[in-house]
Amino acid sequence: MPPVIEVSNLHKRYDDKVAVDDVSFTVHQGEIFGILGRNGAGKTTTVECVEGLRTPDRGTISVLGLDPLTDRLELTRRLGVQLQAGMLPGRLRVGEALELYSSFYPRPADWRGLLHDLGLSEKARYADLSGGQQQRLSIALALVGNPDVAILDELTTGLDPQARRDTWELIEGVRARGVTIVLVTHFMEEAERLCDRIALIDAGRVVVVDTPAGLTSRARIEQRIQFRPSREFDTGLLANLPEVSGVSRRDEFVVVTGDDDALNAVMAVLARNQITAGRLRVEQASLEDAFVELTGRKDAR
Amino acid sequence: MNGATWRLIAVEGKLSIRDKAALVWGVACPLVVLVILGSIPSLREPITEDLTVFDVYVPVLILFNVAILAMTALPSTLAGYRENGVLRRMRTTPVGPVRVLAAQLVANFVIALVAMALFLAVAGLGFGVEPPRNPLGFAVAWLLATAALLSIGLLVTALVPSRAAATAIGTLLFFPMMFFAGLWVPIAQMPPLLQDVSAYTPLGAGMGAFQDAYLGDFPSASPLVILVVHAVVCAAIAVRWFRWE
Repeated sequence: MPPVIEVSNLHKRYDDKVAVDDVSFTVHQGEIFGILGRNGAGKTTTVECVEGLRTPDRGTISVLGLDPLTDRLELTRRLGVQLQAGMLPGRLRVGEALELYSSFYPRPADWRGLLHDLGLSEKARYADLSGGQQQRLSIALALVGNPDVAILDELTTGLDPQARRDTWELIEGVRARGVTIVLVTHFMEEAERLCDRIALIDAGRVVVVDTPAGLTSRARIEQRIQFRPSREFDTGLLANLPEVSGVSRRDEFVVVTGDDDALNAVMAVLARNQITAGRLRVEQASLEDAFVELTGRKDAR
Repeated sequence: MNGATWRLIAVEGKLSIRDKAALVWGVACPLVVLVILGSIPSLREPITEDLTVFDVYVPVLILFNVAILAMTALPSTLAGYRENGVLRRMRTTPVGPVRVLAAQLVANFVIALVAMALFLAVAGLGFGVEPPRNPLGFAVAWLLATAALLSIGLLVTALVPSRAAATAIGTLLFFPMMFFAGLWVPIAQMPPLLQDVSAYTPLGAGMGAFQDAYLGDFPSASPLVILVVHAVVCAAIAVRWFRWE
């Protein structure tokens, strides 16, 4: 099956500032594809080119086999878009906005169902909505045309934790219906929870494309094992293990760092010496750690 | 025209009505002035053989209504849409932003049409002002004047950078244009130079065409041509240089 979205060597500059240097990726049918990067990395410019809102300086883009710039009508019918800063007239009511937008598409979704799923109230005026409610409405508007592909930019920015989880569930439900989703985000937790594959973008370039688990293992971040031994013992027993890179004491706790097999090796040594590990905790590398490691800077969110 | 376009026009009309400013300044205000002027006996004595001062003011107030809608309501709404990303959001739909502009134009046109009928009815039924003796000529004059004004409003929208600038420039243009329509000094009482200038302004030309229609003639060519030129030139520049972002 041909890819749903194919971006090759995209380059876009504003005056003398390069926003997107060289970005290539493909998105497959039915997946949730994440575009992850810090603010200013070029994520939004990239998807704006894919949406046909901006004209690339170089490179080619194909969405559902269509050219985003020349096949506008067909593309806009099949591509749902949530913009980071897309607004509606302040006096427009939520129900009116959804009804209006659903009239734009040949096979619209049931807008009342979306209204209900996103917990919006029909009569509220756009200007009176909270930031989170405006965000949810903009998600609803992206989905109201029953798109084959949806591009969601900063999906849950401004939502409280409960609303964020509800939105994630909604997105998983949309994907279950076969919609291909591109998710632009700087939330690691969101990317980890929702995305099948992630393109990590930094300074206008794709650093790597991989699954969330693949990204963390790529970063080769050590795991950290912490426990309270049932009796005193010589920690040198652990330090000599090839899987272990470091051992330290913190109060009555022992902290061991090492590779993926370190936990098994440590447990074997403790068992041989009839030591039990109390309050055992294993910290694995998170996507956030991987992000910092792979983009090589410390100021990531 | 399909379902989406009609719905867009209906929504824009609703939003214009919810925006009280357009109705208060564009409809209620001139209507109140109409009633006040109609209630002053001295203004209803003939100044020429068959016209009173009040008779002259009815078309002035009709133009006042169109000018407020076209010069202030339209540009500030559309420039606001651009500023707030409404037009940008529309670009990602199959309908596109051009139809939002069209829907705003149609909505303001319809409001102006209803207001014009209302003003004529109040003036006629309330104060016995005769309707224009050449209804077709009046209709043509009104259509062309409205087209010229909406076109100027669109030009303001097209070129200004922000909503605040749209409102300021629209208002700034409104006053001199109304002056040349004879809002403060009837055109007939202006010095000859100002009368000549007035004839070339959209509202002065509109008044000239209205006068002809009121007196029973089809408007003469020159005011109609001036209105058409304003409409076409401004619309062409607006379309060519419209700022979408």
